[in-house]
Amino acid sequence: MTGLGVTVRRYLATALLYTVIIVLAVGFMLPYVFALSSSLKTHAEIHLFPPRWLPSRFRWENYLEVFVQVPFGRFIRNTIVVVLLAGIGEIVSSAVVAYGFARIRFPGRDFMFILVLSTMMLPWVVTIIPTFIMFKYLRWLDTYKPLIVPGYFGVPYFVFLLRQFFATIPRALDEAATIDGASRLRTFVTIILPLSKPALATVAIFAALGKWNEFMGPLIYLNTEEKFTVALGLRLFQRTASAGGKPVDQLLMAASIITTAPAILLFFTMQQYFVQGIVMTGIKG
Amino acid sequence: MTKGAVREAVEGYVWISPWIVGFVAFVLGPTVASFALAFTSYPGIGPANFIGLENYVRIFTYDDLFYGSVWKTFYYALASVPLGLAGSMFAALLLNQPLRLRVLFRTLFYLPSLTPTVALTILWLWILQPQMGLVNHLLRMVGIEGPGWFGTRTWAIPSLILMGLWAGIGGGRMIIFLAALQGVPEELYEAAEIDGANPVHKFLHVTFPMVSPAFLFSMIMGVIGALNVFQTAFIATEGGPARATWFLALHIYFNAFRYLRFGYASALAWIFLAIVLTLTILQMQWSGRWVYYETEMG
Repeated sequence: MTGLGVTVRRYLATALLYTVIIVLAVGFMLPYVFALSSSLKTHAEIHLFPPRWLPSRFRWENYLEVFVQVPFGRFIRNTIVVVLLAGIGEIVSSAVVAYGFARIRFPGRDFMFILVLSTMMLPWVVTIIPTFIMFKYLRWLDTYKPLIVPGYFGVPYFVFLLRQFFATIPRALDEAATIDGASRLRTFVTIILPLSKPALATVAIFAALGKWNEFMGPLIYLNTEEKFTVALGLRLFQRTASAGGKPVDQLLMAASIITTAPAILLFFTMQQYFVQGIVMTGIKG
Repeated sequence: MTKGAVREAVEGYVWISPWIVGFVAFVLGPTVASFALAFTSYPGIGPANFIGLENYVRIFTYDDLFYGSVWKTFYYALASVPLGLAGSMFAALLLNQPLRLRVLFRTLFYLPSLTPTVALTILWLWILQPQMGLVNHLLRMVGIEGPGWFGTRTWAIPSLILMGLWAGIGGGRMIIFLAALQGVPEELYEAAEIDGANPVHKFLHVTFPMVSPAFLFSMIMGVIGALNVFQTAFIATEGGPARATWFLALHIYFNAFRYLRFGYASALAWIFLAIVLTLTILQMQWSGRWVYYETEMG
């Protein structure tokens, strides 16, 4: 009898576990479903009360209408330029700096690495004002330079991730190369980098996502509408829509989904690198 | 130092030189400049006038919005950080059970965190729309008339918190907790079971101590993130309604980039920094009582 009791209890526990997980999963997905459904309705339909779950007809043309209402195609092109130019600099410079911290012995190295980590915690409000003034004097305002150039000096988070990864590569490998007379640069390019493809992919993903999503920088540094990035363009669309009283709530949802889709696509194609990168962040020695 | 060691040191500095230059130009320089600006009145053009401690005096004596913004920031952090940490830990514990389709569930939990902040906020303005929104619709189905959410002073901050939980619970923090949970040795649970521990005991005395370093890391980063709350509040309501979401970061942003009071905003930023540092140090000291480090983590 007790054996049966245990079985029943275990069965109930499993059922409860799955119920809770499924309820949570539905809770996480419902807002997306609701947004997707809203994005496919007419304006009249989206304002029906009470709301309907499904549109009477799936109006996929709403997604094209977004590009008519606002220059969204241009915003996407602008953002891709920033993502590419900033991303290359962030990856290359972070890898170089990370190699220095991981493989070369120099006085003050540990202190400086702690400094790298501490800068990640410095609130943006402290540095943003003088940085803004500096860019103003350099005549960089309303250009992409403030969004791109700082990335060429190493991004602390990426330096950290790459250093942790480089440190796991056996030293014997580069020492063998050094004995064969290879320079550091050569060892770095021919041995360390090829072995670090997963970590570099992780950093590339985080860099691309970071720039695609970035809002603060474009908000402060860009003024001309034609130069806006996707994040800022979406915000512009939201503001003009609410100010003009235009019936575009369904288009706003479509635009939000267009903005979100690349991130989700990137995730599905590169899932293992995401998880690896995040896990490495959590393991602080 | 031997000749070889000197050479190596020089090489080391050459390799990290991009970071050194960037640190001086974009971190150290601006930080020093910000500290200096805080003692001036500076509208962005012309000379900065030295006015001593006047900015700080005005913040603490005349600024009607300052104390409110600090209080609202604390309210947001105090509510969102514990809920977020508990939520992520709960989700990680669920996903750590022997499950079919575990990767699918993990993915579904994780996806919301990928939503770009602007899209996230616009999405939730719609989800929390009082009449046509999803949340009030669901509440109505169970007979509850939901509040006006972002449109009301009382519910504006809870709206932001709710939105943050949706986007945050299954995100990176949960993945970190999950990895930590998977690192807890099975023998410990077996030993606890022999001692007759129930699931709650096992969590409190085995699981939590083992994952406490990851928890501390997430807590400190979470508090810093919550104190920095800006984008969502700025996009959703620009600090409104009636300044209900006028957080300290918004107060600084508006003073700097709308009212062009760069000196004043810099003084506010240093108060902000002092708050962040104090809270971080307090958490580190407090952590000595509950964070368990295995000897030598390698």
